[in-house]
Formats: sequence, structure tokens, C-alpha cells
Amino acid sequence: MITATSLSKTYGDRTALDRVSLSVQKGEIFGIIGPSGSGKSTLLRLFDLIETPTAGTIALGGVTVPARGRGQLQVIRQMGMVFQRPAVFSGTVRENIGAGLRFRGEGQEVIDQQVQRMLRLVRLEGYEDRIASTLSGGELQRVAIARAAVTRPMVLFMDEPTANLDPHSTAVIEDLVRHLATVEKTTIVLATHDMVQGQRLCDRIGVMIDGRLVQNGTPDEIFSSPATTEVAIFTGIDNLLSGTVETVTDGIADVVVAGYHLQAVASDQYRGPAILSIRPEEVTLTQALGPDGSARNQMRGTITRLLSLGPLVRVTVDCNAVTVTALITRASCREMHLAAGSVVTARFKASAAHLIMGL
Amino acid sequence: MQEIIDGIVQAAGLIATLNPDVMEITGLTISISIVATLIGGVIAVPLGGTIATNTFPGKRGLVQVIQTLYAVPTVTIGLLLFLIISRAGPLGQFQLLFTPAGMVIGDVLLILPIVTGMTFSALANVDRGVHETLVSLGATRRQLLWMVMKEAKFAILAAIALGFGRAISEVGCAIMIGGNIRGSTRVLTTAISLETSMGNIGFSIALGVILLLIALAVNLFVSYLQGDGNP
Repeated sequence: MITATSLSKTYGDRTALDRVSLSVQKGEIFGIIGPSGSGKSTLLRLFDLIETPTAGTIALGGVTVPARGRGQLQVIRQMGMVFQRPAVFSGTVRENIGAGLRFRGEGQEVIDQQVQRMLRLVRLEGYEDRIASTLSGGELQRVAIARAAVTRPMVLFMDEPTANLDPHSTAVIEDLVRHLATVEKTTIVLATHDMVQGQRLCDRIGVMIDGRLVQNGTPDEIFSSPATTEVAIFTGIDNLLSGTVETVTDGIADVVVAGYHLQAVASDQYRGPAILSIRPEEVTLTQALGPDGSARNQMRGTITRLLSLGPLVRVTVDCNAVTVTALITRASCREMHLAAGSVVTARFKASAAHLIMGL
Repeated sequence: MQEIIDGIVQAAGLIATLNPDVMEITGLTISISIVATLIGGVIAVPLGGTIATNTFPGKRGLVQVIQTLYAVPTVTIGLLLFLIISRAGPLGQFQLLFTPAGMVIGDVLLILPIVTGMTFSALANVDRGVHETLVSLGATRRQLLWMVMKEAKFAILAAIALGFGRAISEVGCAIMIGGNIRGSTRVLTTAISLETSMGNIGFSIALGVILLLIALAVNLFVSYLQGDGNP
């Protein structure tokens, strides 16, 4: 539906976007995640033709978007954009939502019908005559989404649409995004820093780091098999163990990490330096040493830190030159009487360990 | 002091009895200023809007020139216009010198920079997000300009009101272009100047009070608009 080819954007000496190539299919929800300043918003602004790329091209429905002129307006009118901080026009909610339809010359009857349809979708029935500037942040963002989606765009870009919103507004917006993609077949490109939202909502996710699209794939691929250490760190993996792949037998790599022989699932015959990446929630802790279920890897160590994260506890274990972090439930922590100084065994399955190779 | 007190008493009488001379001068003054403000506004508001919503080389310099012209002396405009519309000037054939039409042109030239510049400032102060949202909603250039002007309507009306204030209170251009002809081009400011030099202090004070009341009304209007524009 929409394709970027080697899209770059520089501001003076600063490269905001570096040769990004990406293709999003019709009806797909594509998430763009990445730290602040990684180029997520710039990519959306280039896609929506608010800014002009320094290099590269954009194609909508297989047709390359013209650099400027009337042809560009026709393309803009097939897309929609929701900004992180919605700008509200003076006037009523009805006038705000109907703006795009008025620009397209639609009659008042059509505008009224479509505004009512969108108000139902964003669950703001009865708000049409309210002055838009008096709405709360969550309501305003829902009006902004209604305003962008009322024209039934082929592609809808959403830049952090639920940032700083209350849980109710977030849930309404997520439901709406699913509705637009599945029922109206709108292609959605959504930038978010909320990784859980990305997992929850997106069919595919692209990770932006320093202006580059470093990985794109399904949420499972991104979160369990990061392509680089940067992606791993951004997606919350703090177990990144440097080691060397010595052998690969029957799809299982033997990785030596500070003297430990650890096993990880490997798909090729790579030998050499690698990073073993294990999500902290995949690490279990036991007090005893010895075989335990299917976890092939185990390291004995001393707890150096416990950090409470609501219902979970992040436990840091020092295993002689290797530090492993586990995320366990508060109940488990209490049952095991874990405290700083406790000696435990950290275990994880070979399938939970992902190899980042070619360093 | 007594002269001032006598003048104020006489002025009160002239205003209270709706003295025909005072009313005629006031009527002409307001008419010329309103016409000049309307013409100036029709030119300056779209001009300021076009400058604000477009990017072109020399934009910053142009804005600085316009803002500098806010303070152009009225006699300078009067002199330039005099040279242009006097019998020997390039527009001499239209016989605009010493006519209300000529005075309107002078006032238009005076208020153009202030209304253009303030319209530009008003639109430049509209949230950048509004521009971008309008672009993303598929607004044409004209629709974008109209919507942005709607967002800044109170500030634009304030700019027009200030333009009216400048037109009604100037004296240099009015004297040079209008010539202060009784019943034809005599306006409040030129009449005050003349009557004071003739020693008719009461008449001058009466005209001055009227001018002050008009200025006060304009100021109240601007304050009201600015209050609404910036709640």
C-alpha cells in the first residue's frame, strides 16, 4: 500500500533519517518503535508529505508520489495523520471533525452523517456541539483521530496517539485502530514508544535506532530475536552476555560465556563472537542446583539487588563475572525468601536464548 | 489656567449642542478613516497572510522592512504622495491633491505596513500544529490561509482597529494632501492645529476631546478583542 525507498532526511549536519526502506501492506497495522529522537516522527512526517525527503522516494498504491504540485495534494487527500499533540481548530467538535470533508467540497448532509459515524466510533456521541478547545486531552485526541479518519484515508499515520492518555482513552483508541484496520481496511502506520502497545496492536513492527530502521518483523520476532544489541536493549532485554560460539550441533549452539558453557537455539553454522540475549522474564530462579525441567542453562550466583516493579520483582544475580537479571512474581520472591545475598541458580531454556551474531 | 478652564467649558457646550462645524469635521474624519481602513485592510490582511503562510527568499528582510515602516513619519508619506499626485506628478492628471480621495490614499499608505505586519505576526503566532494539521487534512493553499486567518481573527481585527487609530490621529499627511480646506478636507487633527494657531482654544479642545473619545473607543475595542483572543 505504501512504500518508502531509501528515504533520508537531514537537517543541516544532523541526519534524522538514514536510507529507510519499508513497505506496509493494505489493512496492516505497522508499528514503529524506537527511543526518542530515533526518527519515528520524521518518518511519519515524510510519509504524510508534511516534510520533503532529502533523498529517496515514497509510493502510494504502487505510484510514486510527485515531489510537489497539485498531484501531491491528491495524494495527501488519500492519507491521514494523527499528531502526538493534537491541534484543535476554534469552533465545535462537529466543525473540527468535518474539516477534511469540507476541504474536499462535500455537502453539509454528508458531513453531518460522517461526523456522527466517527463520533460513534470514538465514543463521543453527543459531543458534536461542544467547543473543541474545552475537551480533555483524551477526548481531544479522539476528536483528532475522528478528524483524520473521517475521510476514509487509504493510509492513516498515527504519531504516539496514546502518549500521556488515561487508560480509558487508550483502550478506546486501540479499539478504533483495530476497527479501522480490520473493518475499513485502512492501512495504519503507528509510531509508539510503548512496546507493549506495539505487541498488542501491530501485525508487524519496525525498530528505529538513530534514524535507521534496524529491524522489522512480527512482534514475536522483534521481542524474542532482536537483530542487534541496540534493539535488544530498547526492547527491554538486559541479559546480553558476550561470548563465543564454539560449536553448533543439531541446531543447538554451545556458547562459552566467561567460562560457562551455555546453549542456545541456532539456525546456522556460525562460529565466533556473539551476544547471547535472554529476556529477563525467561529466566527462572531456584535455590537448588541441578536439573530442573527443560532449562538447559544454569548459573549459580548471589543476589545483589531486588527492584520492585509493582506485581513483579527484578532480581539481579551475580554469577562470577556474569550478571543475570530475572523478572519474577512478587509471590515467588516471597515464597523463596529471596533477599540481597541469597545464593540462587538462574536457569533459562536454550530456546529462550537468542544469538546476536556477526559482531 | 483660566484659558484652559474656559476652553473646556466652551468645548462641552459645542459638543452638547452638536455644533454643526464640529459635527461636520468629525463626520468627515470618521468617513475618511473608515474608508481608508477598509481599503487598507482588504489589501493588507491577505498580503500579511500570504507572507505568513509562504516561504520565499528575502521573507525575513521583507518583514523587517514592513515593521520598520510602522514608524514612518506621516509627513514623509505626505511628501511622497504630494509629489506623485500634484499637478506635475505622475498621477497629476487625476487631480487628487486637496481632495478627500487623496487623503484616503495617504491614510491607506500609512496603515498598510502596520496592518500587514501585525497580520503577519498574528498568523505566525498560530500554533505550527494547526498549519500541519490543515496540510495533512488536504487543505488547498487558499483553504489553509482562510483557516489560519480564522484562528487568528481576533488579532487581525485588533490590527485593523490599530490601523484605524493611526489613520484618524495623523496630521502630517492630512495637511499636505488635504490642505485643510473647510467643508472639504478639514479633519479633526488639521482643524485642531489651525484653530489653536488662531486662538480658538475652546473649539480646539472640543475637537481634541472628540478625537480622544474615538481613540478611547478604538482602544476599548482592541482590548476587548485581545481579551477574547487570548483568554
